[in-house]
Amino acid sequence: MGVRTWIGHWPVYRQLTGTDPLGRGAAAQSDRSKSLTARTETADSMARSVCPYCAVGCGQRIFVKDGKVVQIEGDPDSPISKGRLCPKGSASKSLVTSDRRQQKVLYRRPYGTDWEELDLDTAMTMIADRVLAAREQTWEDNDAEGRPLNRTLGFASLGGATLDNEENYLIKKLFTAMGALQIENQARI
Amino acid sequence: MAEAHPVGFQYVVEAKKRGAKIIHVDPRFTRTSALAHSYVTVRAGADIAFLGGIVNYILSNSKDFREYVVAYTNASMIVSEDFQDTEDLGGLFSGYDPETNAYDQTSWAYEGQQDDEAATQDEDEAAVDRETASGLEQESHGPPVPADVPRDPTLQHPRCVYQVLKRHYARYTPEVVEQVCGVPQDKFLEVCEAWTANSGRERTTALVYSVGWTQHSVGVQYIRTGAIIQLLLGNMGRPGGGVMALRGHASIQGSTDIPTLFNLLPGYLPMPHFTQHETFRQWVDAIRHPEQQGFWANAESYAVSLLKAYWGDAATAENDWGYGWLPRLTGDHGTYQQVLDMIDGKIKGYFLLGQNPAVGSAHGKAQRLGMANLDWLVVRDLFMIESATFWKDGPEVATGEIVPEECKTEVFFMPAASHAEKEGTFTQTQRMLQWREKAVEPPGDCRSELWFFYHLGRIVRERLAESTLPRDQGLLKLTWDYPLHGERGDEPSGEDVLKEINGYDTATGELVPNFTSLKADGSTACGCWIYSGVFKDGVNQAARRKPGSEQDWVAREWGWAWPSDRRTLYNRASADPDGKPWSERKKYVWWDEEAGEWTGYDVPDFEKTKPPSYRPPEGATGVEAISGDDAFIMQGDGKGWLYAPSGLIDGPMPTHYEPVESTVRNPLYQQQANPTRKLYERADNLTNPSVPEPHSEVFPYVFSTSRLTEHHTAGGMSRQLAYLSELQPEMFVEVSPELAAERGLEHLGWAHIVTARAAIEARVMVTDRLTPLRIDGRVIHQLWLPYHWGGEGLVTGDSANDLIGITLDPNVLIQESKVGTCDIQPGRRPTGPQLLEYVVGYRRRAGLAPDHHTPMLTGNEPEEPG
Repeated sequence: MGVRTWIGHWPVYRQLTGTDPLGRGAAAQSDRSKSLTARTETADSMARSVCPYCAVGCGQRIFVKDGKVVQIEGDPDSPISKGRLCPKGSASKSLVTSDRRQQKVLYRRPYGTDWEELDLDTAMTMIADRVLAAREQTWEDNDAEGRPLNRTLGFASLGGATLDNEENYLIKKLFTAMGALQIENQARI
Repeated sequence: MAEAHPVGFQYVVEAKKRGAKIIHVDPRFTRTSALAHSYVTVRAGADIAFLGGIVNYILSNSKDFREYVVAYTNASMIVSEDFQDTEDLGGLFSGYDPETNAYDQTSWAYEGQQDDEAATQDEDEAAVDRETASGLEQESHGPPVPADVPRDPTLQHPRCVYQVLKRHYARYTPEVVEQVCGVPQDKFLEVCEAWTANSGRERTTALVYSVGWTQHSVGVQYIRTGAIIQLLLGNMGRPGGGVMALRGHASIQGSTDIPTLFNLLPGYLPMPHFTQHETFRQWVDAIRHPEQQGFWANAESYAVSLLKAYWGDAATAENDWGYGWLPRLTGDHGTYQQVLDMIDGKIKGYFLLGQNPAVGSAHGKAQRLGMANLDWLVVRDLFMIESATFWKDGPEVATGEIVPEECKTEVFFMPAASHAEKEGTFTQTQRMLQWREKAVEPPGDCRSELWFFYHLGRIVRERLAESTLPRDQGLLKLTWDYPLHGERGDEPSGEDVLKEINGYDTATGELVPNFTSLKADGSTACGCWIYSGVFKDGVNQAARRKPGSEQDWVAREWGWAWPSDRRTLYNRASADPDGKPWSERKKYVWWDEEAGEWTGYDVPDFEKTKPPSYRPPEGATGVEAISGDDAFIMQGDGKGWLYAPSGLIDGPMPTHYEPVESTVRNPLYQQQANPTRKLYERADNLTNPSVPEPHSEVFPYVFSTSRLTEHHTAGGMSRQLAYLSELQPEMFVEVSPELAAERGLEHLGWAHIVTARAAIEARVMVTDRLTPLRIDGRVIHQLWLPYHWGGEGLVTGDSANDLIGITLDPNVLIQESKVGTCDIQPGRRPTGPQLLEYVVGYRRRAGLAPDHHTPMLTGNEPEEPG
């Protein structure tokens, strides 16, 4: 290693002679950090997204490599958030990639003391059976005076404030067509 | 704001750097207070007294923006001579019926309208509105208000709204504000002076609240008081002004617009009521009110287009567009009524969609016991949440109230796709839709709600395919043929659904450009009329992402805001009645005389070519009746309402009532609490005694709850994450040094908090972020709790919402959960069955028998207990 290279390794030398007089960028870079590449640079693709926590609506960029989310960060283009995220938004990569996430359908049978695994299609069929049965058992065509009611109060639903508009649209459409009224979300809470 | 919406708070900091004065009013000193110029400590639940004091300051010092007030508000309209104020009736308005606890609102009407049955609302109608949370659901298009009412533009008539308002708030003096809120007079006057000095032609002031404001028995009236101030000071519809709600969930605005709510259909159309809307015609006329002005007059187009979107070709003029297939409300079917019905065994099944009521809803025990009494429960979430495990290890398992082997509820846990694993729009807190691209496929069995509900609908429709029962026809004729896409080939496309929401021509399939293109003859279909235009020109407008740095400050090419991409509502008011900007510095939307149209930085919230000088012809209704200076185009009279002549369940003007649980006797009126609040009096939903009832001293302290920066509501999306759990690892309670001394609480030690519902434990944080207040000669201690904890996750703890009972605001059926009374004691709470006995002991000392009834009216003081 020549003297010049050796001196060039001194951060203070780089700070005084280089383009980084405050010592917050290139001057402070170590060999190790110089050899690193940001995950955002090696990602296969980037999706423009929106933070799923509060209603400010901060822009997110979601970086993907080999079909996996490798980084989520603030979108500097967003006129709402200008690239910033709060602690929750900054942690949202672990919201998506956490190994604590449930990835299998679980079933607790009546009077059961533990979960069992269940096939997704079987669960869908069982749920449809129960919805139809509850609707059948509680259906009201009319009130005592013959006025139309056309409904079931046999089942209820809560949720929607964390879902997409398109999802809420289908939920409301299906429930209404089934005669189900008791649908609510966080906006009532 | 700095705590719960930190990224939005950057603009407050920016404004501060540019010279804006920041004032923070809160019971507790927070990160927002730390950055404000002025922090005002206020007693929780006293907001109407505080803001009413500001109204009084404005009116008694003539600080209102007079030209704005005369032109754009109903200040000049004359109120019926039958109207009597709370000032005359001990805290009640005229028309109160103690049988129904509702008002006959006839006497609140404008002059000349009080005898018109169609223009007023009686107590029975008001009681139905309370049950169905529909007070003023379609702006003034709940009860009709004809545009042509007597006015006095000089504002001198003793019964004009301006003078009525002035009399109503005359007693809300700085002395009274100090007495009710605990705010010193000089501090209060500093707020009044700053707010009024910074409003007018040249300047505007923004009022920002977080939605804890809605969680009071007078929540709607809190926000109305803020709106009255902003109207009086000319801060509505103008840049830098407004009443800004900071909502707390990514698409909670969207889930109100396209509602997963019992009483609404998309675009704020009411779900039909079995007597009020028996026929299609009754339903539509109740929304549009044929004799009124404004854009709700076209409600028939919006309604028919929705039914066409639902039922396609099966919706015809002959069958009233399928109106008969809609279910009917008979009363309160809200989430709290549902939970109590679950406890009573009336409901068999329950879907939870990204929602965790065991922790996040008021009265956690009722939530869990309700779920434990279902036949089946479907939980769709990312992580295992408390609402899925109440039968296994919830708090009631510890007390013996739920025994797993005896709990019948069948539970399906269906893992959900995350925001990165599906495409679609969120509507953020300023009504802006932003499209999210899908980054990756969801793992394992995780699926989107779009997938789940599409396939649930598909299966039930297949199952009923042969049915000829009338009840099944609406389901079978539903348009449900969404093309499927994606890696698995079984996912509906979010864009297809968004196009249906936008609306289309039923003959050509061509997308409509705007809600003004919608027709009542079946030639258009539209899933949500206020979202019409989101797919204008065949382009997904919500996906627009022109960088903010390449646009002006309104940034209109980022996302899309309803209605019609207007970024600031009622922006006609940013120009004077003649259409000129109020000032150069505050110009926003104005009339361009040469071009003959409205122009500016934003999409004008007004008909583009209607000149300021336009006056409607005699007898005009609907859009034609909107005058060139009627800035509030959705209102039946075109004006911003300082006074609501009908429709609000609890009164035409906000009035200070104490919270349902309070340690303070209402200093302003004999009436203690909101006399129209929605109650569920049951042995399992007891309310702590409140003065003037005896034994209120058993629960001597006031508590409030809110969020931490590092956690999210019921914790399902934050207590499962390692970073966030490390940042805020434990449930705690903040108390002042004075309260700590009074109760012997040690910093970092344990304490438990008790109400009539529950006792929970938390670590103690002794901090001067909380200050005892001197109210009416007494010291009032307030304590504060975060509400994020429960039994699942990386960090666990007791739930603050377990402390809270169920009493609701009468207009919207939202619970009072931001203020209550409690006791706090050092040490941990008892465990097991002893916990129940412990709480029962408190109830006994508080005189709370299972059939306890809290008197609604408190006109006469009860006798001293013997």
